[in-house]
Amino acid sequence: MLDALKGPVQAVQEFYALTGRAIRNVVLKPLYIDDILLQMDSIGVGSIPIVLLTGTFTGAIMALQLGRELQQYGQTDQTGKAVSIILVRELGPVLTAVMMAGRNSSGIASEIGSMKVTEQIDAMRALGTDPVKKLVTPRMVATAIMLPCLTVIDDFIGMVGGWVIGKIVYDLQTLQYWTNSWQALSWGDVVQGLLKPFVYSFVVSLVGCHFGLNTTGGTQGVGRATTQAVVVAAVSIFVLDLFLGKIFVSGQTGL
Amino acid sequence: MSQSAPAERAALIEFEHVTVTFDETRALDDVSFRICEGETRILMGAASSGKTVVLKTAMGLVRPRSGRVILMGEDITDRPETELFGIRSKLGMLFQESALFDSMTIAQNVAYPLLNQKGNKLPRDEMESAVRSSLRFVELEQTMERYPSELSGGMRRRVAIARAVVTKPPLLLYDSPTAGLDPITAHTIMALIVKERDVDNTTAIVVTYRYQDGNLVANFRYNPDSGRLDPAGSQGTNTIFMVLREGRLVFEGGQDELEASKDPYVAKFIKRPERDAA
Repeated sequence: MLDALKGPVQAVQEFYALTGRAIRNVVLKPLYIDDILLQMDSIGVGSIPIVLLTGTFTGAIMALQLGRELQQYGQTDQTGKAVSIILVRELGPVLTAVMMAGRNSSGIASEIGSMKVTEQIDAMRALGTDPVKKLVTPRMVATAIMLPCLTVIDDFIGMVGGWVIGKIVYDLQTLQYWTNSWQALSWGDVVQGLLKPFVYSFVVSLVGCHFGLNTTGGTQGVGRATTQAVVVAAVSIFVLDLFLGKIFVSGQTGL
Repeated sequence: MSQSAPAERAALIEFEHVTVTFDETRALDDVSFRICEGETRILMGAASSGKTVVLKTAMGLVRPRSGRVILMGEDITDRPETELFGIRSKLGMLFQESALFDSMTIAQNVAYPLLNQKGNKLPRDEMESAVRSSLRFVELEQTMERYPSELSGGMRRRVAIARAVVTKPPLLLYDSPTAGLDPITAHTIMALIVKERDVDNTTAIVVTYRYQDGNLVANFRYNPDSGRLDPAGSQGTNTIFMVLREGRLVFEGGQDELEASKDPYVAKFIKRPERDAA
């Protein structure tokens, strides 16, 4: 029984050690600015199309479903309000993070994993570079900057998707939709909507890096690391969301 | 012909009863040896006998479970990673799969140690000429702007040699430099290793499973006038052979002793090529 637990416990311990080293490296020289910018482009800018697509359709489907419910009570004008609250508080951060896990945790794990199995990580260490500083910290910083930005884009484009459906299907007034959407949001929602992706960004980047750096077993191992990274990152985001949700709900309502 | 190293020379690498384990498997088992300046060591052994682990342990990339590793007079056994970067800058290593960085051009790959190793940093113009001359050494100057994926396996291996020697380190570690290469390319790579040894007077460990590689290193010298390898003759090459079997060092000695060995495992590695054949 204890032997069976040894592997997972050791993996968690290694993950936290990696997290600690990656965060400490942010304040230690040299900081690889070029690598951070390169990763911001690859992780952030490269993810914009996927975020636009998922955001639009999420907002649209929410408006479609909620509008029908609200119609029964004659409250279709409240659709914008419902869409914006759900998007900004929950679905925007979670969906964007999960999409990023699918696209970037896997990408990071496979890239670093390939480097590991072809001895490039060892070469890096042999040639005077700390792989955590050169590979992990830039990816962590880039994701921490870009994920909240992508979430904002996702929230907005989701509201646009909701507005299009509201306009076409439920014949909502544009001004009414946007005013309701805007007024429904409090500062607490905005803080929550930005803080969550910031926290998830560490999961997306560090889980990918952890599985990449621990890749063994050649190309087959790279495939395994990639799959594990996506699964663990996505599940961790949902689990964390519940805890963060509870903290914010308690903070705002005292419950 | 090979000859033993004089005892008074400084040891560049010293292994004292080194044991390395991965999970519960012993990769190295109580290995001890001492490599002095000017020596070339040929490390032979079957697959999974621990040859690569010896090199990685010597660089501090792998930590021993017990025993001590002394590199250039410094005990590196328990040193934290950050303290090892300085001493590693005095070493050059050729990895088995070349380990060139895919995302960088050939010139950037070769320049990498000059940009990242504290003791080896150079001004920009000097760096460019060092990279160029290192690539000229392996006769690949024309590939500077290309990427590793555009080169053949043998060319990548040569670029990796250029990267290993660009800082002019006194000690070079070659991990299976001829593995997976055709005989002609393999000979080219080995000739480069001999050339590097004789031009820069470097100490080296060459890991290989091919006896002819060791034979070439032990019996030939680079002739700077003709640019070819000539039989070493009485000058000798100060080459010592070591044989690993399942993590244990089962042989250490000169070529004559190796060829005279009655150990069936050691004998398996020895084919008897004509020593003086070109």
